[in-house]
Amino acid sequence: MRFERRPSTDGNGQPVRSSNAAARPSLFIRVAAFAGLAFMHLPVLVIVLYAFTTDDRTYAFPPPGLTLHWFDVAFARSDIWAAMRLSLRVAALATLCSIILGSLTALAMSRSRFRAKESITFLLILPLALPGIVTGIALLTAIKFASIDPGFWTIVAGHTTFCIVIVYNNVVARLRRLPPSWIEASMDLGADGWQTFRYIVLPQMATALLAGGMLAFALSFDEIIVTLFTAGHERTLPIWFFNELFRPRDRPVTNVVAVVVMVVTFIPILLAYSLTRSADERN
Amino acid sequence: MSATAAAAHPAWLRRASTFLYCRPTFYVLLLLIPPLLWLGTVYIGSLFALLANSFYAIDEFTARIVYEPTLATFRQVITQPAHLDIIQRTLLMAVAVTIACAGIALPIAIYMARYASSRMKALFYVGITLPMWMSYLVKVYAWRLILAKQGILSWLLESIGFDRVLDAVLQLPGVGGPSLASSYLGMFVVFVYMWLPYMILPLAAALERVPESLLQASADLGARPRQTFWHVTLPLAVPGLAAGSIFTFSLTLGDYIIPSVVGAPGYFIGMMVYQQQGTAGNLPLAAAFSVVPIVLIMIYLSLAKRAGAFDAL
Repeated sequence: MRFERRPSTDGNGQPVRSSNAAARPSLFIRVAAFAGLAFMHLPVLVIVLYAFTTDDRTYAFPPPGLTLHWFDVAFARSDIWAAMRLSLRVAALATLCSIILGSLTALAMSRSRFRAKESITFLLILPLALPGIVTGIALLTAIKFASIDPGFWTIVAGHTTFCIVIVYNNVVARLRRLPPSWIEASMDLGADGWQTFRYIVLPQMATALLAGGMLAFALSFDEIIVTLFTAGHERTLPIWFFNELFRPRDRPVTNVVAVVVMVVTFIPILLAYSLTRSADERN
Repeated sequence: MSATAAAAHPAWLRRASTFLYCRPTFYVLLLLIPPLLWLGTVYIGSLFALLANSFYAIDEFTARIVYEPTLATFRQVITQPAHLDIIQRTLLMAVAVTIACAGIALPIAIYMARYASSRMKALFYVGITLPMWMSYLVKVYAWRLILAKQGILSWLLESIGFDRVLDAVLQLPGVGGPSLASSYLGMFVVFVYMWLPYMILPLAAALERVPESLLQASADLGARPRQTFWHVTLPLAVPGLAAGSIFTFSLTLGDYIIPSVVGAPGYFIGMMVYQQQGTAGNLPLAAAFSVVPIVLIMIYLSLAKRAGAFDAL
C-alpha cells in the first residue's frame, strides 16, 4: 500500500542487473503479462469514452455519437458542486490529521526498539486489514453509543483512522533509509535534537510525507464503504455517485462525474508517484 | 547556515531538545501518545462497542435494543439457514476470487521479476499501481458499463460470433443471470479485477527475492522449464501468494458495494450488515454478522502466517 520501493541492490549499493536478461520469456508468459496489464486499464478507457456519448438511455456500445453537452449539464448542477466541496473539505482535514499522527508514529517507530512495537504496527494496519465494513459498522455503533450526531466530523474521524497508516508507511520507509551516520554527524557538529530534526531529518522525509499525504487525500476523497456508515445526512461525492447508480435518471451526468472523480484522484496519485521516484533516483 | 540557524534558535528549545535526547523512552512515548490515543479511543473503542452490541438482541415486538447480554443474536446468525447461505456464498466467492487472482497474477509477476528490463519493470509497476489507486466506485461503475446487456463485452462477443456462448453460460444455474451485469459470473469478474493488483505486487516482490542461481541449478540438473516452475518457482512464491491472498480474501469478504451494484439477487455478508443496520434497524444483528468476517479472516491469517505471508508483506 505504498509507493516507496525497495530498490534491488547488491552489497555495494549498485543496482542488480538481471543476469537472466538474455533469457527469453515463453510466448505464454509474455502474452499473459501484457494482456493482464491491458485488462487493468480497460475501465479507464471505458469511463472516458462514455462521458462523451450522445446516448442518454442505455449503455450501448459503440456510442452512437460524441458530444460535450453533458459536461455543461453536470457543471450547472448545484448538488454535485455541494457534494464536491464537502468531499474536498473532508479529504483536506483528514489528510492533515493523518499527516500529523502518521509522521509522529513514524518518527517514534523508525529507530527505537521496544517491546510494544509489534502490537503498535498491528494496531496501525488493523483498519486496513479488517474489511471496511467492520470499520464502518464499528464506528457507527460507537457514534450511536456516544449519541453523537453523525456528520462532517464523524466522516473526518473515520477517514483519518485508515489514512494514518498510509502516511506512516511512506514516512517510515524513508526514515529507515536515512543513514544513522548523518544524524550522528549533525550531533557531533554541535546541533541539538531539534536542529538535527529541522535541518537533517525533516528535509529527508519531506517528500515522503508529501507523497503519503497525497495518497491519503486520494483515498479519503473517494472513500465510500466507511463513509456510508459515518456520514449521517451529509452527502460526499462518492455517496452522491453511489445513490445515482440506483436512480439512473441522469446517466450521462453520472458518466461525467465519474471522469471528474477519476481526474481529481489521479492528480495527487501521480504527484505522489513522481515525488517518491525522484527521491528513489537520488538515493 | 549554522550561524543563522543558531541565531534563530532560542535557548529553551535547545534545553528541551537536550532534555528529550537524554530520555529516549520518554521521547518515544511523547511521540506515540497522540496517535495511540486516537487509534485507541476512536478505533479500538469502536470495535469494542461493536462487540458489545453483538451480545445484545432486539425485542421482536418493540423493535428496540434490549441492553442485556445474550447469545441469542449469535445463535440467530449461525442457525438460520438463510444466514448460513449468505456466509457460504460469500466464503465461496472469496475463495474463487483468490484462486483466480493468483492464477492471473502469476505470469504477470514472473514476467516482472524475471524477464522485464528495468524500464519495462517500471512501466509494469506504474501500470499496476495507478489503476489500483484509481477511484473504487468509478471502477465498479465502469464494469457496469462493460458488462451491461448492450455493453462493450456483449458487443465484442457478438462481433466475433461468440454471443451464443455467452447466452449458454448465462443459462447455467448458479453462475448465470439475465445479463452479465446481474450474474454471479459478472460479480466474480469485477472482484477479480478490483483486487488483482493486491495480488500482483507482493507476488512480484517475493519472486524478485528468489535467487537466479536456483533456477539455473534446476535447469542444469536437467529440469524442463515446466518442472522448474512446479518444483522450484511455485514453492518459493508461496509466501508472496499467501500475502496477496490475505488482501483478496479479506477485501472480498467485507465488500458490499460490488454485490449491490453488479450482481445477482443473493445476499453477501457485507450487504447483510449494511441492510440490517440501515433499513432493518437491527444493529445487534448487523454487529453479530460483522463478527463473521472478522473470525474468518483471523482463521485465514493464522493459515497465511504458517505459509510465511508476513515475511512477504
